[in-house]
Amino acid sequence: MSFDRRALEIDAAAESGRIVNFLRRSVYTVLRRRGGVVGISGGVDSAVVLALSVRAFGPERTCALILPEKDSDPESRVLARDLAAQYGVKPEEEEITAALEGLGCYARRDAAIRRVFPEYRPGLGYKARVTLPENLMDVGSLNVPMLAIVRPDGSEDVRRLAPEEASEIVAASNMKQRTRMTMLYFHAERRHYAVIGTANKNEYEQGFFVKHGDAGVDVKAIAHLYKTQVYQLAEYLGVPRAIRERTPSSDTYSAPTSQQEFFFRLPFETMDLLWYAQEHGVPQEEVTRATGFSAAQIRRAFEDFTQKARSTAHLRMHPLSIETGPAGATRGAASGTGTGV
Amino acid sequence: MEIEQMVRQYVNRNLLFGESQIMYDDDTSFLAAGILDSMAVMELVAWIEATFGMKVDIRDITPENFDSVNRLAAFLRRCAAPAAVGGNGRP
Repeated sequence: MSFDRRALEIDAAAESGRIVNFLRRSVYTVLRRRGGVVGISGGVDSAVVLALSVRAFGPERTCALILPEKDSDPESRVLARDLAAQYGVKPEEEEITAALEGLGCYARRDAAIRRVFPEYRPGLGYKARVTLPENLMDVGSLNVPMLAIVRPDGSEDVRRLAPEEASEIVAASNMKQRTRMTMLYFHAERRHYAVIGTANKNEYEQGFFVKHGDAGVDVKAIAHLYKTQVYQLAEYLGVPRAIRERTPSSDTYSAPTSQQEFFFRLPFETMDLLWYAQEHGVPQEEVTRATGFSAAQIRRAFEDFTQKARSTAHLRMHPLSIETGPAGATRGAASGTGTGV
Repeated sequence: MEIEQMVRQYVNRNLLFGESQIMYDDDTSFLAAGILDSMAVMELVAWIEATFGMKVDIRDITPENFDSVNRLAAFLRRCAAPAAVGGNGRP
């Protein structure tokens, strides 16, 4: 069969059953826990994992946690509540803004933003987001982060970030995912449950996650699925259309930022097909015929996938020790190609 | 000091820390060799701007300009002030 979008099609019913069996075996038999905790964000990944957890453990042994903070889109909470209700789970809500204020998350991040844009005042309605260059297929620019501010009047300004400010903004923002991980484990431990991860293959293997944050879980339910395959499962599992049709976002920065702008630089339909082709050694001519992209464009995309996987490899490693050495550490890596941005 | 030597010295000191087992020559891809990630790119740009007295446009931060000693040296010869690179710069 010639290469085309059908390569990413899955048997959603069979895949759902496979994951449900995996979750039950992992949680009940290997981890010896009594159920699962899932953080639900109003996005499609956590919606699918909640649905799978309910199938695996039942609604009575599934804890759905909503963990908003002051930069979260208010729609996220509404969608998460509706989702939990649909699957018969009474959600727990933990507002984490006060915890983040105590850690200095916002103050540290905003101080770094003001070093780039001295006018930035979130209290006056300024918003901010971090993005990567968008023109991956046409220019092949390197992954240099840029900071955008949105003024109260709606006008925008974008500047390239220096290493100090980029690191500080990201490090402060990562407190959000790490605080959520702390709350997920509070609710898991008090019930003797396991934390069920919601990262998909794109996020996990390309490095779009926070070490000891959203990657701090006991079981990875969908880390083997391309994003477009997660959507197939979502449709099969009856995830509400409002969630399935929502633009994927990390919901981390105050200004709306899609995952494409923030990290992946390609629409998921395009990325998944090209990444599948790279992973399966599909000849360039076939990829060009299926996608319409030139050899140079395909090469740029492949290089970006490889570079992200390679530069984020450390995120997937277990802690290093003298006993295991570097070889032992790399056993924890998700793939030999992976690295971060 | 010739520009290629300056780049090599920067890479050895600041990206490989004198500890790495990574071997490279002037045509080795920094990306393929695992020398360059996004933080390294940002630091490299900051070093170029401080050392060569130039402002690097985001559109110039490409593999074609940054992905080896020779590519970076050629970019600097094209774009930096002549005095900074000891020769002819961008007209």
